[in-house]
Amino acid sequence: MATKPPWFWQREKYTPYLLLLPAVLTLLFVVLVPLLFSFYTSFTGYRLIRPESLWEWVGLRNYRRIFADGDFWSAFGKTIIFLTIALNVEFLLGLGIALLINKITWGQRTLRTIMMFPMMFSPILVGYQFKFVFNDNIGILNNALQSLGLSDGAIPWLVDKYLANFSIIFAEVWMSTSVFAILLLAGLFAMPRDPLEAAKVDGCNPWQVFRHITLPFLMPFVFIAMTIRSLDVARAYDIVDVMTGGGPAGRTELLWTLIARTGYDNARMGQANAMAYISILLSIAFTYYFFTKLLAARQYMGGAE
Amino acid sequence: MSGSLRKKTGAVVTWLLTFILMLIICLPGLWVVLTAFRPNGEVLAKPPIWIPQNPNLDNFAKIFGLGANQVAIPVSSYFMNSLIIALTSTAIALLIGMSGGYAFARYRFKFKNGMFLGMMLSRTVPGIALSLPIFMIWSRLGLIDTKMGLIIVYVALNIPFTIWLIDGFFRQIPKEMSEAAQVDGCTRWQAFWKIEFPLAKSGIASAGIFAFLTSWNEYALASNLTRSTDSKTLPVGLMDFTAQFTIDWAGMSAMAVIIIVPALILTFLVQKHLIAGLTFGGVKG
Repeated sequence: MATKPPWFWQREKYTPYLLLLPAVLTLLFVVLVPLLFSFYTSFTGYRLIRPESLWEWVGLRNYRRIFADGDFWSAFGKTIIFLTIALNVEFLLGLGIALLINKITWGQRTLRTIMMFPMMFSPILVGYQFKFVFNDNIGILNNALQSLGLSDGAIPWLVDKYLANFSIIFAEVWMSTSVFAILLLAGLFAMPRDPLEAAKVDGCNPWQVFRHITLPFLMPFVFIAMTIRSLDVARAYDIVDVMTGGGPAGRTELLWTLIARTGYDNARMGQANAMAYISILLSIAFTYYFFTKLLAARQYMGGAE
Repeated sequence: MSGSLRKKTGAVVTWLLTFILMLIICLPGLWVVLTAFRPNGEVLAKPPIWIPQNPNLDNFAKIFGLGANQVAIPVSSYFMNSLIIALTSTAIALLIGMSGGYAFARYRFKFKNGMFLGMMLSRTVPGIALSLPIFMIWSRLGLIDTKMGLIIVYVALNIPFTIWLIDGFFRQIPKEMSEAAQVDGCTRWQAFWKIEFPLAKSGIASAGIFAFLTSWNEYALASNLTRSTDSKTLPVGLMDFTAQFTIDWAGMSAMAVIIIVPALILTFLVQKHLIAGLTFGGVKG
């Protein structure tokens, strides 16, 4: 008796597509369709308060306005600076913490758990926590400085232009350094012992061992962390929105707070979506950059993988 | 002699540095936790009261609507919403992630690299940029202010990272093991459940914790897609403590503790899998 030929989805060839179908469908529905829709609205004069304006085609007007908009480019520049500083500081601190904890043999598990403490905080919670800590009147920081006699007045951490930016970066670094630390620690655990021993036998000092053996081995982990973090950059929105709301006078305005303000507070959805498109390009650039770095670092490691 | 002395100083410096770093990591959170147990007068006291003088549970009673002075904030329903939304979306994201991760780890097919990169890039879209169009589409579909609306969004947010991690775990398991099982008469499906799934279980758990934390902590999308106690989550509920010019710091700190504790317990339970999970899932491509 001849067996019935299998349905086309039962053929081995189609199995991977079938397995990926739910993921692809979800992403199409939640990411791609909204993106195409917002791409369309970025060419209209859409305002939330006037639904009929969704059909009002204005061509490139929104984009032309953005290019002439000083506020947008200032937020764009600040976002790049913010990301660069935050990512580098997080990397250096994370590396330091990972090396320290790796050295410690007693109580390491407890330290690892403490180290991951900030990862469990909701970004919005981090925002409020540091709004509280940096509060000029009842904040723990000013209280501590005054009790120690280091300052006699209330320091306006969230109001002064430079201090506000510092405070926001501090909060961001506090929240995300553990992501770097945990990934780098994972890297240190995975490191083969032989090259380290060999280098010590050959008379390398600790710095040389670190520079020529440990660091190259860790680089893929660094780029993984950078990739993950640049995928998550939008989380900074919560912190900034809560701590300063982009103020004082736009001094801490990043792309995402500006977009939210344009879209919801000023109800100019079309304009906001045009801005969002440019900011997405920035995110993609960061991610792509770190991804190529990661591939190169893997190549460099070659057999070590 | 001098060598062992140098070693000892080195150890002391290491411990001291670690102690200071851990203090910086813990102190801001600890301050919020302490505040949750203080009466409001103590929070605003000048000069500051460092150690709570009479710690109590009033702030918690207040936000849960027990006791004399209540704050009309429906924390219990926010908590239930958060729990339902985070758990459901994590479960669905893990199922979809396992199916997708298995496909990437075990099969060769056309457009494989393209699909993988596309999935990763879908995560580069900042939540806030997505929230505008999703709001418009969801309002047409009647998904605004429903738990379902948020669950769908969170599943999509978590899919790329989940697939990436789980793909890494399945790659760790030699193909030959499931092939041997199939030779012994298992179907591919049985081989998966009996051999590969148990081996990848701890890795899948660590992917799950990331998905749960993302959903549990997300704010930007939730604040746009929810309106009432039907679907508002804890991070959105935190906003209820802010009036135009004042913030109820004590009440908010109590709420913060409520948000942190479940995340803390869960992370603690799976933390030993976490580092191993990241080593394999992340780097070996």
